[in-house]
Amino acid sequence: MGELAAVVGIGQTKYASRRGDVSIAGLVREAAQNALEDADLSFKDIDAVVIGKAPDMFEGIVMPEIYLTDALGANGKPMLRVHTAGSVGGSTALVAASHVQSGTFKRVLTVTFEKQSESNAMWALSTPQPFSVHLNAGAGGYFAPIIREYIRRSNAPSDIGIKVAVKDRLHGARNPLSHLNLPNISHQEVEDSMMLWDPIRFLEACPSSDGACAMIIANKDLVSESPKPPAWILGGAMRSEPTIYAGRDEVNPRAGRDCAKDVYAQAGISDPRRQFDCAEIYVPFSWYEPMWLENLGFADQGEGWRLTLDGATSLDEGGDIPWNCSGGVLSSNPIGASGMIRFAEAARQVRGDADQHQVKDARLALGHAYGGGAQFFSMWVVGANKP
Amino acid sequence: MDNKNKEVIDAIEAPIYLKYKFTAGLAPARFLSQLKQGVLTGQRCPKCDNVYVPPRGSCPACGVATEEEVVLGDKATVQSFTIVSIPIPGNPIQPPYIVANLVPDGANISFIHLMSECVNEEVRIGQRVTAIWKPREEWDFAMDNIRYFKPLDEPDVPAELIGHLSVNGTEN
Repeated sequence: MGELAAVVGIGQTKYASRRGDVSIAGLVREAAQNALEDADLSFKDIDAVVIGKAPDMFEGIVMPEIYLTDALGANGKPMLRVHTAGSVGGSTALVAASHVQSGTFKRVLTVTFEKQSESNAMWALSTPQPFSVHLNAGAGGYFAPIIREYIRRSNAPSDIGIKVAVKDRLHGARNPLSHLNLPNISHQEVEDSMMLWDPIRFLEACPSSDGACAMIIANKDLVSESPKPPAWILGGAMRSEPTIYAGRDEVNPRAGRDCAKDVYAQAGISDPRRQFDCAEIYVPFSWYEPMWLENLGFADQGEGWRLTLDGATSLDEGGDIPWNCSGGVLSSNPIGASGMIRFAEAARQVRGDADQHQVKDARLALGHAYGGGAQFFSMWVVGANKP
Repeated sequence: MDNKNKEVIDAIEAPIYLKYKFTAGLAPARFLSQLKQGVLTGQRCPKCDNVYVPPRGSCPACGVATEEEVVLGDKATVQSFTIVSIPIPGNPIQPPYIVANLVPDGANISFIHLMSECVNEEVRIGQRVTAIWKPREEWDFAMDNIRYFKPLDEPDVPAELIGHLSVNGTEN
């Protein structure tokens, strides 16, 4: 991994269906300034900027990083754009970390965003091609058949997804930045919500949000210049696979398994459920919690849903491995930022800085993002203890 | 002028329409030409033997070019599906409708297509279906020459065999 690096500052915006009070530039600057403030630094302390977002087609601004240079204090500094679909928030953090770990830079600002109120994700992803019928039904339409296949294989009770939807919204109600604030959500309410893409109900799907997330990643030598405890980066990995190939396991993608194996090896993880104190995992549709519990080795094949059912992933039920204490993607989804929010929230936990959704004494956490047709994966492990 | 009751405009909608020419490339061009004749075709990977439809000219798993054309039948198996309850922008189809991942006999990969002439609640993984084509005079270089797939009165395919049937529907 080279030089040791840590997260020394985290900044997020308030997530909402529409942040009409700011432009895209204002949105990313808000996150960046919050991160600088958190790290007790200013733009002049930053050596380089790494920025990420989901497809440019969303907002219709091509190469937005160029126009955002000013807002991010990046004039005259190296700037790099990352793009790996929905996993981009995670990959962007990893690229930023690698710029420090390689010894190239001492302190890097990394920012991701999406302004879904100024975009149309469904249209942007539905360019018609003659060799396929044009039946675009959004990301939910793509993932619903995969979830159905998971349910068939695992024989999971049909309401596991509902349980995740309730749990993550209760977590989100503890987080003042959360887009959705549903402290009184019930099993019945989720069950009664409209079936959009059977088996995915309205309340089992993520919202569409505006928001940005930023982090400052510093070389170990500069960590003491920021006042709060650092989150040490103990491992980072990315993997990808083609969307379509014969024999592909869409329910349990190999790229996800390989990525987890790599990042666990770097961080010395052999039993993720026992060793991690918590995890922030990209779950945009409720059923992806049990699916990723298996893909990431927290449960055996076909058994992930049992952890969800037993409350193991719930903060409110005192679970042993709380997932998505911040409320997760099911509570806030500014697509390009959603992966980085997972990475940042994992870091907040091990910094002991997660306020009302803090897991007591969290020392080791996993951040995870996936994107495209569940083909891009990025993960990191952060810890409170300097290795 | 009284400005108090005026609505503040802080955003306008300005849709951008991009029209582009689609360059199909060798494999999709052949595939589309065959579709124009009412024939569904795939291509076989010379390394792993899997048949891809629609063919894109290579096997992503092996990283090699595919050239051998395989003529597929009209019959397929439901690999999975969703019942969609929201309309598609610009598409006249009325929800709820079924979008299914279908593996045609003789192929080893699924594509998505509509299912119709079926009871939505009775659609299931492993179900057998067949293509319903548009009238011949409407055929174009397009996958929607097949209007939809409808259920067949045949036994379901066990899940582990989906994607592994020969072109005449028998186990490979």
